[in-house]
Amino acid sequence: MTWPILSLVTFLPLIGALLIMVMVQGNGPLAKGTARWVAMWTTLVTFAISLVMVVRFDPSTADFQFVEKLPWLGVAAYHMGVDGISLPFVILTTALMPICILASWTSIQKRVKEYMIAFLVLETLMIGTFSALDLVLFYLFFEGGLIPMFLIIGVWGGQRRVYASFKFFLYTLAGSVLMLLAIMAMYWEAGTTDIPALMKHGFPLGMQKWAWLAFFASFAVKMPMWPVHTWLPDAHVEAPTAGSVILAAILLKMGGYGFLRFSIPMFPAASHDFAPLIFTMSVIAIIYTSLVALMQEDVKKLIAYSSVAHMGFVTMGIFAGTTQGIAGGIFQMISHGIVSGALFLCVGVVYDRMHTREIAFYGGLVNRMPVYAAIFMVFTMANVGLPGTSGFVGEFLTLIGTFKNNIAVAFFATFGVILSAGYALWLYRKMVFGTLKPAVAHITDIGWREGVIFAPLVVLTILFGVAPKPVLDMSAASVTQLLDGYNKAVAKLEAPKTAALKTDLPIVIPVSVPQ
Amino acid sequence: MYQAIVFLPLLGAILAAIIALGGARARFPGKAPPPGLSDGETHHAAHDDHAHEAHAHDAHGGHDGHGPAEPAAAGSRTAELITTTLLMISMILSWIAFVQVGFGHEGNVRVPIMSWIVSGDLKIDWALRIDTLTAVMLVVVNSVSAFVHLYSIGYMHEDPYRPRFFAYLSVFTFFMLMLVTSDNLVQMFFGWEGVGLASYLLIGFWYQKPEANAAAIKAFVVNRVGDFGFALGIFALFAMVGAVDLDTVFAQAPTLTGKTMWFFGYHPDALTIICLLLFMGAMGKSAQFLLHTWLPDAMEGPTPVSALIHAATMVTAGVFMVARLSPLFELAPNAQTFVTFIGATTAIFAATIGLVQNDIKRIVAYSTCSQLGYMFVAMGCGAYSVGMFHLFTHAFFKALLFLGSGSVIHAMHHEQDIRHMGGLKDRIPFTYIVMVIGTLALTGFPLTAGYFSKDAIIEAAFVGKNPMALYAFTCTVAAALLTSFYSWRLVFKTFHGEPHDRQHWKAAHESPMTMLIPLGFLAIGSFLAGLPFKEFFAGHGVEHFFRESLTFAKTNTVLEDMHHVPLHVALLPTAMMVIGFVISWYFYIRRPDIPVELARQHSFLYRFLLNKWYFDELYEIIFVRPAKWIGRELWKKGDGWLIDGFGPDGVSARVLDVTRNVVRLQTGYLYHYAFAMLIGAAAFITWFMFSAGIH
Repeated sequence: MTWPILSLVTFLPLIGALLIMVMVQGNGPLAKGTARWVAMWTTLVTFAISLVMVVRFDPSTADFQFVEKLPWLGVAAYHMGVDGISLPFVILTTALMPICILASWTSIQKRVKEYMIAFLVLETLMIGTFSALDLVLFYLFFEGGLIPMFLIIGVWGGQRRVYASFKFFLYTLAGSVLMLLAIMAMYWEAGTTDIPALMKHGFPLGMQKWAWLAFFASFAVKMPMWPVHTWLPDAHVEAPTAGSVILAAILLKMGGYGFLRFSIPMFPAASHDFAPLIFTMSVIAIIYTSLVALMQEDVKKLIAYSSVAHMGFVTMGIFAGTTQGIAGGIFQMISHGIVSGALFLCVGVVYDRMHTREIAFYGGLVNRMPVYAAIFMVFTMANVGLPGTSGFVGEFLTLIGTFKNNIAVAFFATFGVILSAGYALWLYRKMVFGTLKPAVAHITDIGWREGVIFAPLVVLTILFGVAPKPVLDMSAASVTQLLDGYNKAVAKLEAPKTAALKTDLPIVIPVSVPQ
Repeated sequence: MYQAIVFLPLLGAILAAIIALGGARARFPGKAPPPGLSDGETHHAAHDDHAHEAHAHDAHGGHDGHGPAEPAAAGSRTAELITTTLLMISMILSWIAFVQVGFGHEGNVRVPIMSWIVSGDLKIDWALRIDTLTAVMLVVVNSVSAFVHLYSIGYMHEDPYRPRFFAYLSVFTFFMLMLVTSDNLVQMFFGWEGVGLASYLLIGFWYQKPEANAAAIKAFVVNRVGDFGFALGIFALFAMVGAVDLDTVFAQAPTLTGKTMWFFGYHPDALTIICLLLFMGAMGKSAQFLLHTWLPDAMEGPTPVSALIHAATMVTAGVFMVARLSPLFELAPNAQTFVTFIGATTAIFAATIGLVQNDIKRIVAYSTCSQLGYMFVAMGCGAYSVGMFHLFTHAFFKALLFLGSGSVIHAMHHEQDIRHMGGLKDRIPFTYIVMVIGTLALTGFPLTAGYFSKDAIIEAAFVGKNPMALYAFTCTVAAALLTSFYSWRLVFKTFHGEPHDRQHWKAAHESPMTMLIPLGFLAIGSFLAGLPFKEFFAGHGVEHFFRESLTFAKTNTVLEDMHHVPLHVALLPTAMMVIGFVISWYFYIRRPDIPVELARQHSFLYRFLLNKWYFDELYEIIFVRPAKWIGRELWKKGDGWLIDGFGPDGVSARVLDVTRNVVRLQTGYLYHYAFAMLIGAAAFITWFMFSAGIH
């Protein structure tokens, strides 16, 4: 049976969005309900179909699977497919969408129809980004994702939403303009925009460098890496809960995915040359943003800063050039998707009740919300990277992978584990422990709907912490292939250098080289 | 059987946690936030019914009039019974395992469970490794834990959140068991951090107390500092050996001798660096000098927790780790020297602080710290089995002292200051007797358990070959004197003399049976853990008993030399013990005015000790405040002024200026502009691509 399952998963949400557009009229309770339920079912069915892909996926090969290729736009083709690197992100997207819809069930009362449409369109664009195998197609999905997110923040956001959405927009647009230039140059150089073909193309060294930098500009903003991270806290603070969840869980991963899909396989020599830059920025991100997180007064900002720190582990791992580093980077992104998403949902729970994100406002929540406190504790510990939660596996693998390559980087990055314990536990203590503050004296514990939202996330956090094998296995073959290509390119790069060295030094001086 | 030993406590923890959450739910039914009330409520009603049913089961929530206003959580008794029973079973099984592994002919066992992390050449499994070293720890952990569970039924009977408490206790036990049965360093790290979590939760069990919360965070973060080293040690081992499972690491270790490793421009010996990094983890967990500050504060937790976690089991994990990694440490003499130095310093340092403390639990806590130093001295000198011996005996008598203190505190209605006690021996005679037994064992009174293990350590330090051995010998002997002094000071001030608070004294009552039985068992253990096991831990039976679970290098003759120490050395600790007792007796029974006078005359020294050498203040100034200051500066100046000011804010301010002048910007229609911009961008690319294609 060869039905286009990948396209179905990608465009089903769009069909759902059209359905809402057509079916829902007005803004009455019935209209709101219809919009919610259509969105809910669309995302659930999409998720179910994406699970079929997991079952049919063959993890033993690094080739692209579920490939669809149709001519389109002359130069560009409609070329879709997933491998072990992109499939986890597709599943993460489809899995989190129903949760986001459910999380917005009652908190969004304004323009419900448009809200649901925005989310469904966003889902299509996100899945498309992860499964596009053509540069133009990728670019359209990648940049297109900006629009619905921009709207979600700008229309349903908090008080400073205009500022935040502009900042978000400016940052990401600046990066993508450079990427666009690089894409065009790549087309002129290679004569194709087909990603698998470009991976094998072997770009000349000089071009690799600046093309890498151009892509880097875009992905670094998306990640976000220090020092282009300042849009993230503001965007998170102003975004509605589900917006924050998607932003943290999926949009940030596009940067990491981009590094894995473009920077390393297409510009391996440049990736190797620029690795120290990435390392420096990652380590600064980990320490700098952790310290900043320590002093935050706004819950969402704190979690946003901690996200930047966690993404630092990802970039560090990806460019470490070891299996553990890359596999850890991928795992860390998936894990962070679950954990940070869940943390923003936790904030959403109290925000829906009290309408403030100020940490000092809360206190002693455990006295009234024991179940909430327990759930929050699980995710706090996952955020801290406690072994047994998914947060540990990613951090551990990236660090152990980096240590093999660069001890100093791993050494400083490991400080992150101390600092993360500091800010995460401090936050938990301020909000949850202590005596109940009068302001929250009548707060209620999570309801049934919220329980349904959190249950799968708690299960996954612990399951992936204890048995991360399914995710690691899924990407193992692709990671190996990616690394093979990278190592070959690096070896080629090193070879002339050593040869040059030999010719430059005709006299062999017997020196004992320290190991 | 081994799976049962490890996983029964986990099962208990999960069941108790479900009961705890169910009970909490019944008390505070959940409710959806304000908008959209109509959606959730039908479901809640159903949930409430269920929870109330659970409440009905709770027919006997222990109450005796002076408890807190809150009623006990639903199912408290069920949770207690489940966890305690499971722990008892686990304990019995561990003793069986101990006999089988230690004395039987069964070799070492490896029980694979499932694979955990597999990535490239890194393969980490969940597996249980059972050898003598593990068996010793199984017995210690499960015995103390079972007694503490039983004891807690009595001690915590006024607390309304018992299911949660027992869930924490059991989950702690599970993590500890995972730690001691670990087959690779990462699983050990799992248990290691897991016990840290349990410790954090239990110290902060009374979460309404700000001091408890602060202490809990401090414990976790300081432990994390140690774990920082532990993690780096694992990374370094993997980088050098290519594996993290113990068998491969131990097999490869000899090939690492002489190899160096890059470390910030230096090229030190790889094994030394690895061992030092791993030992940093041990320092954190075992509250050794420099990373000790969390342990005294941890006394904010309920007393049974202090007995279980902060005396008998978790804090000894560091000692266990060094013993487990003896094949590595034997190859890194410099690291061993450092271990000896830290151990000896801690032993004397903590003892000096213990001299002047007034909180009954803190005295015992500093004593624990000091005794852990002793164990590290043994480890550093290469007398691993001797260190394990002290770990084994210490677990019994220190748990006894803590639980005994708990009994005192219970009798005195949560009074912990020994200055307000006195004369209690007539009111709580059983507690008095067991406390004296514990004190005798701690100070090394002949024929008690502590006598054999502690003297063996001092002898090992005497014959030890590393450069710090003499220092360690001096410190441990001096610490023996101080230990005797402060231990008897505690006993005299608490139980002898005139009562300082008549009312409390009169109201003092002996604890219930659930508390006295564990005390009795531990008191017996404080005798029996010594002599019968001496041969296997410190005598000629070591090799046969521990087999390959401990490694002694060919040149390591400490165990043999220990038997040939001069008589005066062998008698020295006992003499110290007697001197300490006499001084203490003179100070607190005969002439109680002397210590007051001494404290007044040497007020600087007194305050220096009372304030724990000002370590907390020092760390506050060196680490905590700068971190906060830097964090704030980076946030406001780095992010706010530098990056934003010159980046997006500057640009967007210009953009906003322009748009404001051109059209009235209406926030609601902002997205029109966004759409226009992006669609424009998309169209631009498409056009470009087309034109490019036509070329």
